[in-house]
Amino acid sequence: MKFLINPNKFNKFTDIIIKPLYLLSAICLVVGLLFSLYLSPNDYQQGSTVRIMYIHVPSAWLALLIFFIMTIYSIVGLAFKIPFAFIVNTAIAPIGTIFTIICLITGSLWGKPMWGTWWVWDARLTSVAILLLVYLIIVFINYSFTKIELKEKIVAIFIIIGSINLPIIKFSVDWWNTLHQPASISKFSSPSIDIAMLIPLLIMTLSFALIAVLISILRIKYEILSRKDKIS
Amino acid sequence: MTLRFQRLLLILLSLLFLLSAILLILFNSKKNIVFFYTPSELLENNVELNKTIRIGAFVQKGSFKKIADRTYEFNLSDKKNFIKVMYTGFLPDLFREEQGAVIEGILISKKLIKASTVYAKHDENYMPNSIKKSLELNEYWQRKY
Repeated sequence: MKFLINPNKFNKFTDIIIKPLYLLSAICLVVGLLFSLYLSPNDYQQGSTVRIMYIHVPSAWLALLIFFIMTIYSIVGLAFKIPFAFIVNTAIAPIGTIFTIICLITGSLWGKPMWGTWWVWDARLTSVAILLLVYLIIVFINYSFTKIELKEKIVAIFIIIGSINLPIIKFSVDWWNTLHQPASISKFSSPSIDIAMLIPLLIMTLSFALIAVLISILRIKYEILSRKDKIS
Repeated sequence: MTLRFQRLLLILLSLLFLLSAILLILFNSKKNIVFFYTPSELLENNVELNKTIRIGAFVQKGSFKKIADRTYEFNLSDKKNFIKVMYTGFLPDLFREEQGAVIEGILISKKLIKASTVYAKHDENYMPNSIKKSLELNEYWQRKY
């Protein structure tokens, strides 16, 4: 697992897996879209509007997951002085930002027909909006310093502070009365979502994750190259 | 303990303190963060009349009445208490009896509210339409929402 903290090992490892990854993510996305648009049934309450879920939920999960990964890399990077951790932080922040935007837009499009409103200031929606702001600030800091060592540390500290938002997003629907419904899938109980709808959701999540990994690899490689360029 | 583990400990501790500070703020301002009150919470708390407030609960079965064109009347109930709602305007697609709804409006008394907006609230259960139909055929459909 050295490739997670060593740029040379990372380059070697990802050169092997990147081509199968292209193929796999393409297949997954096609199969997932087929399932979610044609093969999955209509919901008993929401009709075919439920299909927005297959985009909305995976992008929300990935937005949170990417921030979580950045938090781990920030803590490890600051504590053990690993430069590769900061390279990863710089590379994957925009990906998380895009997933947060997708999540907010699809959620809005889903909310209008179902709830009767594009946007309300309930705890879940507000905390995700704050997540987007934190992501944007991280991306902006990444582009606004000339001293890389200083920038990296500020970004890492900001990510650690921003990570407080993650449990708040996750548990907001349980702690407070919100318009957003609570989680359908949790570890401790059987999912309250039918298997015919769970399968497309999981395939879409897998394909979104694969695409995120793919773009991350390309961006991290680019970041490694550009830093080597600056040093030499 | 080496220097790097001291740094790790410091970062984790400061994260913990910051987290507890934020959670303390959030939990102590719970009244302002909740999106809506349930009818029971409304009775328990001191809520000023003639102010805008949001109330969420289930639409009581058999209480929905159409008074005039786009003017409706229904009860919101959380099984213990209920509140009567008067509303003029459009209802969202998902609005129906025994479904969750959140309304925003001016509180006239603790048992009557004049709504200006109605949101439908849906729950976390997803099920194919065909299964619901076959369940109904077998009279196995018992979930009440």
